[in-house]
Amino acid sequence: MSGQLAALSRLRTRPWIWSFLGAALVWALAVILAGGHGAWSVITTAIAFSAFTVLVGLGQMFVITLGPGNIDLSLPANIGLASAVAMKVMDGSDGRIALGLLAAVAAGLVIGIVNYLLIRLLRIPPLIATLSSSFVIRSVGISYGRGLQIKPPLAFADLVVARLGGISVLAVLVLLLSILAGVVLARTVYGRSVLAVGQNIRAARLAGLSVRRVRFLTYALCGALGGLCGALLAGFTGGSSLDVGAEYLLTSIAVVVIGGTSVAGGMANVPGLWGAALMLFMIATLLNSSGLGIGVRDLMTGLIIIAVITLAGGRRSLR
Amino acid sequence: MDREIIQLNAVTKSFGAVQALRGVDLSIQPGQALGLVGHNGAGKSTLMHVLTGTIAPTTGSIASGGGARPDYGVAIAKRLGIRCVFQELSLCPNLTVAENTRIMHPRLRGFGWRRRAGRLITRQLDTMFPDHGIRSDTVISDLSIGRRQMVEIARAFTTTDDPLRLVILDEPTSSLDPSTSRQLLAFTRRFVADGGATILISHLLHEILDYCDRIVVMRDGRVVADEGTAAFDRAKLIVTMGGAAEGHAAEAPVSAATVAAEGPARVRYRPKGETGGTELTAQAGEIIGLAGLAGHGQSDCLVEVFDAAGGRPGRVSVQGPVALVAGDRQTDGIFPLWSIADNITVRSLGSLTQGPLISPQRADALAESWKQRIGIRTPDIHNNILSLSGGNQQKALFARALGSDAEIILMDDPMRGVDIGTKLDVYGLIREEAARGRTFLWYTTEMDELEHCHRIYIFRNGRIVAALPRAELTEERVIHSSFQEAVA
Repeated sequence: MSGQLAALSRLRTRPWIWSFLGAALVWALAVILAGGHGAWSVITTAIAFSAFTVLVGLGQMFVITLGPGNIDLSLPANIGLASAVAMKVMDGSDGRIALGLLAAVAAGLVIGIVNYLLIRLLRIPPLIATLSSSFVIRSVGISYGRGLQIKPPLAFADLVVARLGGISVLAVLVLLLSILAGVVLARTVYGRSVLAVGQNIRAARLAGLSVRRVRFLTYALCGALGGLCGALLAGFTGGSSLDVGAEYLLTSIAVVVIGGTSVAGGMANVPGLWGAALMLFMIATLLNSSGLGIGVRDLMTGLIIIAVITLAGGRRSLR
Repeated sequence: MDREIIQLNAVTKSFGAVQALRGVDLSIQPGQALGLVGHNGAGKSTLMHVLTGTIAPTTGSIASGGGARPDYGVAIAKRLGIRCVFQELSLCPNLTVAENTRIMHPRLRGFGWRRRAGRLITRQLDTMFPDHGIRSDTVISDLSIGRRQMVEIARAFTTTDDPLRLVILDEPTSSLDPSTSRQLLAFTRRFVADGGATILISHLLHEILDYCDRIVVMRDGRVVADEGTAAFDRAKLIVTMGGAAEGHAAEAPVSAATVAAEGPARVRYRPKGETGGTELTAQAGEIIGLAGLAGHGQSDCLVEVFDAAGGRPGRVSVQGPVALVAGDRQTDGIFPLWSIADNITVRSLGSLTQGPLISPQRADALAESWKQRIGIRTPDIHNNILSLSGGNQQKALFARALGSDAEIILMDDPMRGVDIGTKLDVYGLIREEAARGRTFLWYTTEMDELEHCHRIYIFRNGRIVAALPRAELTEERVIHSSFQEAVA
């Protein structure tokens, strides 16, 4: 009995377990529905796709952890523009891959910095600031890309889809990046400051933390990760497209929330990003293979987010 | 004899360990202007909240019109015609004067309610403050603070269907100029003459003495005097409020005067907009007290000093790192999701790193050593901060500041709601740390705590009105300077 209780309380302190359990459950359903076929390939595909979701989810997680009102809605536009920038700079040449990646990250970084400046200097709420900047970014993207789809360099396309023993190499790299993000949050002055600001911005200032710098760095970081994701997606999908990031508006927020990060700020959850990303992909697979449309898929995603927030709602800080 | 409007019998109220009211008997008759005075924390505001029904007493009973009211609350208070003008203005800043009036009067409904509400409030303003110059369609945020207060007060006196028998005025004149104040007080006299009742809370003693029939003095959650105004004069009021030399906390203020502070000033501060006048200075090893009534510029002083640390010397110059001990734990201090250790070390993260990473061993060592030194009562410093009692949370905040590299410690009335044992521990620690060369700026509303200071600056209306060395400190002088009125 007490052992069960202890296990329960451990569950409460590790909310990310739920998202992995959910992913496993949906996976089992999908496999049963498919008559036991493709169990392994569903997992490897899910891991490969989750790499992108987790990459933007990391940025969104840092931003949301800054506390109520903080959110980056410019990620889809950011990803779209960065994919175009990367493909144009790479120009189909293997020798320019690094340069293209760098350019995409720089584009994302600039977007993140502009977002922060809008929030800070013009005192616009992050929701409005990042939403309006995403319209500007889209316009820039349209006039910059002129609707051309430039193919990625061969080596880059190969690298992005490369697998070792069935596991996406890119996913392993993103996993390493996630671990790094976890260490940053727990063990660096910057990471602790993000958590402190998210809990109580006034107390953080009075404890001598530089709130402005922390928020600046966080929005810049989120933008840079969005840019990186854009470049990789362009390689993954065979060319840049302004709409390549469209689905990441909802997904980036969904994985953060489902993964157990507090929407009230101050508490981030890195492992949960992976669980949530895998689960969302599994749900999509399940619904696709059961013949239901994209509408039902979005409905399910929405319901799951509501369920997660309700279940996690017992926490005082969410009020 | 008229029946009382409301009667409190042996009412007590405690918030956790803090006893705000310790058995208050009070009866309010129609046709009487009551004055209520007392030091900060004497329990005046809590008492008013009990009267308006927003706070239920812990023990004791409330009666009205001869009958007991066991379920007394906001609704009954409203039916009895009890209104209150709170110190913190309660108008909605984004609504107009008329719309704010409507909030109190559900009867104003249907077409033209705005116009009728506007007429109602304008008529009341005309009666109370002739030449007020306030239009009823003005949005509140566009009004000056004084005019807002006029609207707030006038609104409390408007009537539609509810009766109006008792109006509580909590510091109503604090943002009114003298002539408007006189208009208000003259109106309250007319209101009382017509059979109403008022309770006036004011730190301006002449208002109390000139306009009230009966004066109630509170101290430490008790009513210590309740007599006709004729029984008081200014000096007697001050003595009754202050209470000559309290017995407890009577430890010798030993080291206070002995340390000879030397060297250049670590902190120089002059309030905003002041060019002459008294300048606050603090040197290494000094404990500086900031006194006066609450909200007269002491907290602003601390925040300005905090923000000025590391900046260029100007009106405020600060030499050396600064840490602040918040008095309002929940809004200014605690990180509720974190452990005790995390809460203690957050101010010192920069010095706990090894390479780019914070060393958990060094962080724990810092937290553990301060847990021992300041006596935080917990089995494990990795427990959540909210597992501690309020006093122990406050100790953690002290540990955060004292454990840091700060040479200047700012304390924003940090002993609110802290029990006496904890206080004595912390007083000792402050003296110890000052002897080692740290500078303390200590805002306190408690007279006893000023005895630990080398020098005391008294604030009034955002200005420093007096500087007293420890040797010249007396309660009378502090109260006198705090209350000294602009000679009209």
